[in-house]
Amino acid sequence: MFDRTRLAGIFFQSLTAVACITIVAMMVIILGNILIHGIQRLSVGFLTKAPMAGMTSGGIFPAIFGTFALVLLMTIAVIPLGVATAVYMHEYAPKRSRMVHLVRLAIQNLAGVPAIVFGLFGLGFFIEFIGRGMDKAFFGGRLVYGQPAIIWAALTMALLTLPTVVVATEEALRAIPQSYREVAYSLGATRWQMIRRVVLPQAVGGILTGGILAISRGSGEVAPVMFTGAAYFLPELPTRLHNQFMELGYHVYVMTTQSPDVEATKPILYSTVLVLLMLTFLLNFTAIMIRARIRRRLRYGR
Amino acid sequence: MAAERTEISFSPGSALVCAEALYVRVNHDEILKGISLEARSGEILSIIGPAGAGKTTFLRCLNRMAELDPDLQISGSIWLDGQSIYDASVEVAILRRQVGTVFSVPIPLPMTIFENLVFGLELSGLPSNRHLQRVEAALRAAYLWEEVKDRLHEPARNLSGGQQQRLCLARTLTLEPKVLLLDEPTSGLDPISTAKIEEALQQLKSNLAVILVTNNVKQAARASDRTAFFLFGELIEFETTAQLYTNPRDRRTADYISGRFG
Repeated sequence: MFDRTRLAGIFFQSLTAVACITIVAMMVIILGNILIHGIQRLSVGFLTKAPMAGMTSGGIFPAIFGTFALVLLMTIAVIPLGVATAVYMHEYAPKRSRMVHLVRLAIQNLAGVPAIVFGLFGLGFFIEFIGRGMDKAFFGGRLVYGQPAIIWAALTMALLTLPTVVVATEEALRAIPQSYREVAYSLGATRWQMIRRVVLPQAVGGILTGGILAISRGSGEVAPVMFTGAAYFLPELPTRLHNQFMELGYHVYVMTTQSPDVEATKPILYSTVLVLLMLTFLLNFTAIMIRARIRRRLRYGR
Repeated sequence: MAAERTEISFSPGSALVCAEALYVRVNHDEILKGISLEARSGEILSIIGPAGAGKTTFLRCLNRMAELDPDLQISGSIWLDGQSIYDASVEVAILRRQVGTVFSVPIPLPMTIFENLVFGLELSGLPSNRHLQRVEAALRAAYLWEEVKDRLHEPARNLSGGQQQRLCLARTLTLEPKVLLLDEPTSGLDPISTAKIEEALQQLKSNLAVILVTNNVKQAARASDRTAFFLFGELIEFETTAQLYTNPRDRRTADYISGRFG
């Protein structure tokens, strides 16, 4: 009855169960807390109005809009670059190429760089170097692109999410049977035709997965956009690539640290966090739906 | 089957594919040790031999698929209708349209039956109003037309294994090749599917040179006109099938075809 092995078994089983319950409990507490506090201020007005009275009333529409715009621009930048990189590494580069080895190493290290470093890099490279350079070359030294702007924030964010897209795309390319490539070649395809007509359509699911992960990451990060384009408060929405913008994550940060009246800001803060979470889930969900549709179409050959 | 006789119209004249002193090396191993062999339209040439004999490598040299593997060093010459296929003026994509391939397992691309069939045609730039006619001719020649004519827009994977392999045969026939390479095309198929493919090959051989690699000694005996026996990268014997099976010159050939080998 009381032999030690059995007791040890029961003990460790309980231990693992407790660990699982802890994780679920944390999740429920965090989400529940945000939901309960956040839902109170959530209204159509909150989603469609700009912040007012030093962020103690009003809504968060500019931040929602800015986040969408940022993520969109980031996706436009990161998907082609990431996919092209992965396709080169997997389809074009010779086997055991030293260059590919180097690129892969660079990508792995890029994935380990803290987000704030990307922010500083964006400030130094995109704004100070490229932006200022553009101003000198095209605008006679007038300050247009040489300052924080949504385009620089989006490009910085694209750099941050590049490894995700490259790795996901490569994974997808690796999953395509070599025999498909051989069939395409045997039917007279050039390498590009083979990639265009067999490899890329098959890899779309994986590429979108990479895109989804990039979007989830991009819509939640604050550090890369702090110095490169996100604004504390703006009365107007960004309409040009060189405009600054408001961003949900940064807005949360600003309200937490800079509010003149903490108690008045608190309910707004909760609602903003709730919106940020919902937005991330929504973006994820949309991308997953698109991926599922494309996969289904591919599987059944339209 | 007579009613299904092929209406496919290949370019007339006899295709001739010819390998001379073909060597293939990987690092320091020789996979092919100076193979000289020729095949012409009007006959089925089968290549038999145990695993590792270099049969597949030989086929892959004939349509220049071998060079996709950068580790292989290929030397020697291969001629198709008098032109060296390694000549700088030869476009590999065009060569591969002339030298069709059927692999040992059916590999339908993840598309519909029809999309599979027009895959090569679209790449070749043939006007799309002529696709349907080519598709039908190829399907008839592969004895598949009756089975798939009403389901061309279904996914190719819905077909049975034997049908898939005939689809792969038809897919390469749409390009009207001069030479047809088959690498153990029936190794995974049931006897009925195998018979259909063999029958199709008998019809096709008058228009193109058929080279059939097979692990099945009996298949080579019943389906081919001439047989080459490969062993460890060497061509041991190359004779008419009747001669090679009834009266092999080399002891190793005799051992292999009678199943006494290794």
